[in-house]
Amino acid sequence: MAKVTVRIPTALRRVTQGQGEVQIEAETIAELIENLEKEFPGIKERLVDETGEIRKFVNFFVNDEDIRFLQGKETKLEEGAVVAIIPAIAGGAK
Amino acid sequence: MAKIKALKCKECGREYPVEPLHVCEFCFGPLEVEYDYDEIKKNISRDKIKKGPVSLWRYVDLLPVENPTVGLNAGFTPLVKAENLGKELGLNNLYIKDDSVNHPTLSFKDRVVAVALSKAKEFGFDTAACASTGNLANSVSALAASAGMNCYVFIPSNLETNKIIGSLVFNPVVVAVDGNYDDVNRLSSEVANEFGWAFVNINLRPFYSEGSKTLAFEVAEQLGWKTPDAVVAPLASGSLYTKIWKGFNEFKKVGILEENEKMPRMYGAQALGCSPIYKAFKEGRDWITPEKPDTIAKSIAIGNPADGPYAVKVTRESNGDMEVATNEEIIEGIKLLARTEGIFTETAGGTTIAVLKKFAEKGVFDKDEVVVAYITGNGYKTMEVLEGHLNKPIHIKPTLAEFKEKVVGQTINK
Repeated sequence: MAKVTVRIPTALRRVTQGQGEVQIEAETIAELIENLEKEFPGIKERLVDETGEIRKFVNFFVNDEDIRFLQGKETKLEEGAVVAIIPAIAGGAK
Repeated sequence: MAKIKALKCKECGREYPVEPLHVCEFCFGPLEVEYDYDEIKKNISRDKIKKGPVSLWRYVDLLPVENPTVGLNAGFTPLVKAENLGKELGLNNLYIKDDSVNHPTLSFKDRVVAVALSKAKEFGFDTAACASTGNLANSVSALAASAGMNCYVFIPSNLETNKIIGSLVFNPVVVAVDGNYDDVNRLSSEVANEFGWAFVNINLRPFYSEGSKTLAFEVAEQLGWKTPDAVVAPLASGSLYTKIWKGFNEFKKVGILEENEKMPRMYGAQALGCSPIYKAFKEGRDWITPEKPDTIAKSIAIGNPADGPYAVKVTRESNGDMEVATNEEIIEGIKLLARTEGIFTETAGGTTIAVLKKFAEKGVFDKDEVVVAYITGNGYKTMEVLEGHLNKPIHIKPTLAEFKEKVVGQTINK
């Protein structure tokens, strides 16, 4: 399994006990989410919705590329990759 | 603090204290200012607004700021009755809301930054920052200078030269990032996580974005406390557009507009080379598929527009529509507005005018309907896009003979 670095946004650091960066082993983003959950229970439901899809306002970047330009949740992770979880910056009207 | 109750997640409704936060910790949804409209309704009136400052601060009762200290002259820009352009497009009541002359940096961004930095001062920040396609960087740089704040602005390195100079002159730290706006935005989000700065469009976004509502308040007041029948506005992140809609609705909610006042139909304009919101709307999707922008309209080239889903929703709800403009149409739009109304806008405005023209030609407006097109930026900042698209000056020697031959001969009775 590839060991990758995951950068955690402020909004999730309560779940990661304040850590801004964690090391996780995973072959894909989907697996990464599962393995993050094992380490930090509660994080998964913040990242994916009831249907298992990544939430509308959550963006994943692998080595600075949006996974929506790659293979989405099935995007493969290489050893040493950096995965950044970043909230979409919205703030529109009701 | 009576007028503001809390920050509230737009997706799951969880409430947060009024702090520099912008994301729901639970679902990552955007946080929005939750007002106490009953309280505001008691305080606000047309008379009070009219007696207020000639700036966006006349609407302070509906803004998330207690004590305005930054950008005191922003807003209250002209609403121009566009007779000539209206004639060309077959519209008898066409207006241009002209934010190309906003104070102090000639774009609508002076509104949102006035609100954001006034709030930043209330929170006690000493450093302002932003991720920007240019106009926002200009505004944050200028208003941070006037507010005595430190300033960092993050821009894509390929921006128009004048927009870069237009920030540098105020002496901020300008960080030119190799990448497009979406890259700049992502980096800025991560920087905002690490540094305790007032990133106006990140951690202060719930407050910042509220400033755009004043574009609706002013138009309603300038039309004699009426809403237009239709609005045409550019779509970048989708925030301005959704806040214009919110502004008209709020004005009605607090009793400034009549109870039976009809809300406008909202028409959105994107550049063809960056049209993720348009595509989502046309394909009936609620989610946005991000794009890599390729357009001359750099100020609205956001490939991953966070407020896109809300802009789609507003367009559907208001019974509006969206259109796109090619680079050529954008240039023609800039020239059309300049030639008919004497207003020089940048590429975002060219996009808006090009789309206004398309909708007018399609017949979506009745000829007597009140239509307002929002011009959000100034053409003097992006002049290089017009190179090769304008007539050349006529060069002559300083003699009457040459004037008659080369100028009179070629321009009169032609």
